Amino acid sequence: MAAPVSGVGNPGVRSSSLNSTSFQKKTRSKLLSIPGTRPSVQNGQLLVSTGVTSLDFLLGGGLAVGAVLLIEEDYYDSYSRMILKYFLAEGVVCQHELFVASAQDSPNDILQELPSPIMDDVAIPKPVEQPRLSSEPQDSLDTMKIAWRYQNLPKVQSTLTSSSRFGHYYDVSKTMEAEIRQAAKCHCFNLPDHPQQTTPSYSPTLESYSALLKSLQEVIQKEGFAGKSRNILRIGLHSLGSSLWGDDLCCCDNPKHTHALTTFLYGLRALLRSSLAVAVVTVPSHLIQNRALMGRIAKLSDTAIALESFKGSERETNPLYKDYHGLLHVRQVPHLNCLASQFPDHKDLAFKLKRKQFSIERLHLPPDLSETVSRVSRGEVPGATGAASACGSSTNKHLDF
Amino acid sequence: MFAELNSILNTFPDKFSQEEFIIISERRCDASFLIHHFLSFYLRARCKVCFLGLVQSFSHYNAVSQRLGVNLVQAKEKGQLVFLEGLQESLSHLVPQEGQAGSEALNFLGDPTKGLQDLFQFVRSSCSGPSGALGCTDRSGGPEEWGPPVLLVDDLGVLLSLGVSVGTVLDFSHYCRATVCSRLQGNVVMLLHCDEEEDDGDDEGAEQLLKGLTHQCSLTLHVQGLPTGYCRDIHGQMEVCWRRQQADEQHTLNKLFQYKVHDKGASFFARGTSSAFL
Repeated sequence: MAAPVSGVGNPGVRSSSLNSTSFQKKTRSKLLSIPGTRPSVQNGQLLVSTGVTSLDFLLGGGLAVGAVLLIEEDYYDSYSRMILKYFLAEGVVCQHELFVASAQDSPNDILQELPSPIMDDVAIPKPVEQPRLSSEPQDSLDTMKIAWRYQNLPKVQSTLTSSSRFGHYYDVSKTMEAEIRQAAKCHCFNLPDHPQQTTPSYSPTLESYSALLKSLQEVIQKEGFAGKSRNILRIGLHSLGSSLWGDDLCCCDNPKHTHALTTFLYGLRALLRSSLAVAVVTVPSHLIQNRALMGRIAKLSDTAIALESFKGSERETNPLYKDYHGLLHVRQVPHLNCLASQFPDHKDLAFKLKRKQFSIERLHLPPDLSETVSRVSRGEVPGATGAASACGSSTNKHLDF
Repeated sequence: MFAELNSILNTFPDKFSQEEFIIISERRCDASFLIHHFLSFYLRARCKVCFLGLVQSFSHYNAVSQRLGVNLVQAKEKGQLVFLEGLQESLSHLVPQEGQAGSEALNFLGDPTKGLQDLFQFVRSSCSGPSGALGCTDRSGGPEEWGPPVLLVDDLGVLLSLGVSVGTVLDFSHYCRATVCSRLQGNVVMLLHCDEEEDDGDDEGAEQLLKGLTHQCSLTLHVQGLPTGYCRDIHGQMEVCWRRQQADEQHTLNKLFQYKVHDKGASFFARGTSSAFL
């Protein structure tokens, strides 16, 4: 257990009072023992898990406390909503407090759909092997019968996992039981419940965003996250910037309120920096026509990722992508309290939602098992902007000897 | 303070040119390491620094500067550094509460007609104020004398995101340049983030702002990601453009470098000579 510390809000370097030796490693982190958090190995920052272990690995161990994660939604808002639910479910399991805001569905609906945690012993994924899933039929990869020379070589690590049990695993096919969910304290902000009054004075951002900021600040101050509390507040904001919030970013080419969402994000980050809170914000970026504005929104958040699912697009039937559900783009990585950011090694990542895991992997092309000698180009590859067309000129060279 | 960058720009803590207006533009990458370089450089050069840190909190800048060998807390106490923490001060304007008035400098958040005049007043008073805190004295017993004032802004794109128009920001930069560079013989360093923009009919703010600022400045550092894509060992490229010929040297007006940011600094090298490949 870490040493008990007097106050939370003190800036500056602090040393542990339990150490009896003269050598004391000075870290920037407040040495609190909050369940569900751990200090980062790079800069001592306090990290929480997002609920998705692959995403934790991508973000450099977890989401830093006081930071904002921006998720650009996919077309049908299925996978970004899934990640939001994972995030909130992780908060319930770690006994953090939750704050959910939504303009579209009632926040209670989102809370009803949280995935159920797998409480029994999950196989700890070893760094060089892919985690086993009991739901998928797999041949025994342990003993190789033909390529036995390769038995002892390490496998290519394509699934991004880390070897500690910082995060938890969830079963998507079941919802969380009511007793577990009700044990956690949730604050809800449902936009229809807050009627908009037209204030005479100028407000830097929209009414809805101002009300949300105000409500957030009230919760933070009342529950003491900026001062004496020793718990984390997890904030989940669903579909900010959509028309239901009163914003016309998504429906106009030249919106009137160009800076409403950016001002809100600035205020959100200001609130988070001075309190023990983490926020995950989803934005329907595919509706925003102005790419420069999207770039500015991403710059104002600490971490930004974009999900691009294959559902409904021509890539769904493309055999190149048959193993995955979508692509994941990392728009921005944070560098908090240090000069260099932790770039991911590879930027071509794809995700796949399995029953017990949301895995993010390096994009691999499947092996070409066709009988023709020359590889037929099968439509587009990621990153290329060419038209998706199956080039018809396959040279049918059947080599017959 | 990065030694390689000092030799590229031909500036050293004990010998640097004054009345410079330096613009750092970043595109598709993060050039805040240059801001940390200039912050630690001018603090080491014993200048009076006014820093508008709008992007991150004070503890972030302090943590990074400690790795570069400069203590911001001490500099603030001694009066060498005046720091405006944008995140903290903006809260009182964005979430108004009774009985709590925030810093005047960010009044533009609450009232758009005022423009950035309050921010400029803040800059002017901190740069031309008495250069030394009353409590600390040097050996001869008077207040410590600092060098010429320096204004650092991180980042102008935040002002655009908060609703300030391009013309207002250009006016603000012009006023700052006139005060700090011409009148007080100091330096100004500003960072601007602009993204790739499509060719729309109405050009958005950041590109216009960059063009206007580049016209006024004396030195530009264009930082962008590699045009060929993402690479783990080379984080980007930096183009250094001088607009004024230095009197005592002749050198080319443009130089192109690639860089990599480490934990404690950044290394700059000519294109293709990264240590990862040689």
